[in-house]
Amino acid sequence: MPGEKRVRVVLFQFALLVAFIGAWEWASRLRWIDPFFFSQPSIFAGRALQWLFQPGLLLGGRSIYHHLFVTMQEMIGGFVLGVAFGVAVGFALGRSHFWSAVLNPYIQVLNALPRLVLAPIFVLLLGIDERSKVALGFSLVFFIVFFNAYRGVRDVDRNIVNNARMLGASEAQLARHVLLPSAMSWILSSLHTSVGFALVGAVVGEYLAAAQGLGWIISQAQGNFDAAGVYAGMLILCVVVVVVEFGVTWLERRLIRWKDINETMFA
Amino acid sequence: MPLQNEKKEDTSLRPAIEVALDSIGLRFGSYGVLSNLSFEVPRGQFVALVGPTGCGKSSVLNLVAGLLKPSAGSLRAGGRVLDSINRDAAYMLQQDALLPWKTVLENVMLGPVLRGTSKNHAAADAQGWIERVGLRGFENRYPSQLSGGQRKRVAMAQALINRLPILLLDESFSALDVQTRALMENKLLELWLELKATVLFVTHDLEEAIAMADRVLLFTAGPDATLKGDYIVRLPRPRNVEEVRFIPGFTELYETVWRNLKEEVMVAYAR
Repeated sequence: MPGEKRVRVVLFQFALLVAFIGAWEWASRLRWIDPFFFSQPSIFAGRALQWLFQPGLLLGGRSIYHHLFVTMQEMIGGFVLGVAFGVAVGFALGRSHFWSAVLNPYIQVLNALPRLVLAPIFVLLLGIDERSKVALGFSLVFFIVFFNAYRGVRDVDRNIVNNARMLGASEAQLARHVLLPSAMSWILSSLHTSVGFALVGAVVGEYLAAAQGLGWIISQAQGNFDAAGVYAGMLILCVVVVVVEFGVTWLERRLIRWKDINETMFA
Repeated sequence: MPLQNEKKEDTSLRPAIEVALDSIGLRFGSYGVLSNLSFEVPRGQFVALVGPTGCGKSSVLNLVAGLLKPSAGSLRAGGRVLDSINRDAAYMLQQDALLPWKTVLENVMLGPVLRGTSKNHAAADAQGWIERVGLRGFENRYPSQLSGGQRKRVAMAQALINRLPILLLDESFSALDVQTRALMENKLLELWLELKATVLFVTHDLEEAIAMADRVLLFTAGPDATLKGDYIVRLPRPRNVEEVRFIPGFTELYETVWRNLKEEVMVAYAR
């Protein structure tokens, strides 16, 4: 995008944000909306800042950073495990027509099952500590990555496969030089969604049964009819998601460089 | 430009007949693509395969490449019956088949790397081939950054770098504009004279076939296509594809083959 246009887009994006927050604040102050339910941006932003920067402020006996760390740990755990197994199984089934045909109905059923209902089972099975949240995140991430990896392997261009074979590729070399890079763009585009779902797994898991983490803080605030606390927790979650999202985009840029570059970049 | 790393294998040890098809039949389900097709190609010959659309010319290349298996008959390449991928054949496909995630250099060096050459040697060899096809300075570009003609040149270097005894080309230049095409055709002839490979060249363009080949095989219209004619091209080499059509004998042969090709085209059209 040309620089001038880009500046305008950013300007409008910022203006929209200010207008939205301003309208919320104004409506709340004038009691057009009930601050008991909707809080007020200045109040919950203040609360979030207080959590983050007031020394000695504890939530459930621990600082906000401890809770943030726990939630991030659970998110990363679910994400990494889900991606690793999703890629591995997607790749394996993508290569084997027989096993993908055999397992297809079971995978469809498992995928159709709303995985959040598994949360109580994970709690019973693994306890209320981090492991049950990692498991929930895993169950959400796995299927997204699995389907994308599977499709990436299946959709690979026949001509490119034949060309690599004629050049001398063995099965293992074919996987490394053709199938994996081809699946990579699919897998990477699924990572944006997966990161979000890993966070959902962690936060919902904490919300249901936990003694720490951002989900637990939000659930505590809700239990105390403290809307500002709920929104402050959400605000911090939003910031986390944005930061992680930048990380994934950066990774994507690096790993599929070949796709970004187009003809217009040179004469 | 002299060739580096001359191929160690002594080509004189290879049989005089490089490719031999004996009563080949090919069916896809109930549809007969080829039927009772027999011909032999001596080592080093440049053979053009022409015929009406859908006559199975490309299937012949896929059979010789080992990507398809014949439903009947036997196919020998390099003296052995072919029962899997033909490791002695380089194949330049009709469609774009460069690896989009690899740069020009990585694409060209892929063949040697896959066949066990060290990365450094392969890269040095690839550099030579990139220069030979006139793409010096483009080594680090991705295929998406190249024009159609440039991509074809990369594909040519990629196919030729392995110095294989058989070279298969499937309408490799048909998508190019006239000038680029003549350039590529001459480049191919020049490299072929150096490499001394046996070439099977599929084209729908009779002029291109006669200008480039030692021999033209004419196919009947499908289904159950087979050979209709076998013509030796007696034109001197080295040739320039833009000038060869003015040599006496070119027009004569062109008219002979064209009469027969036209019959088959009409048959194919009538179906």
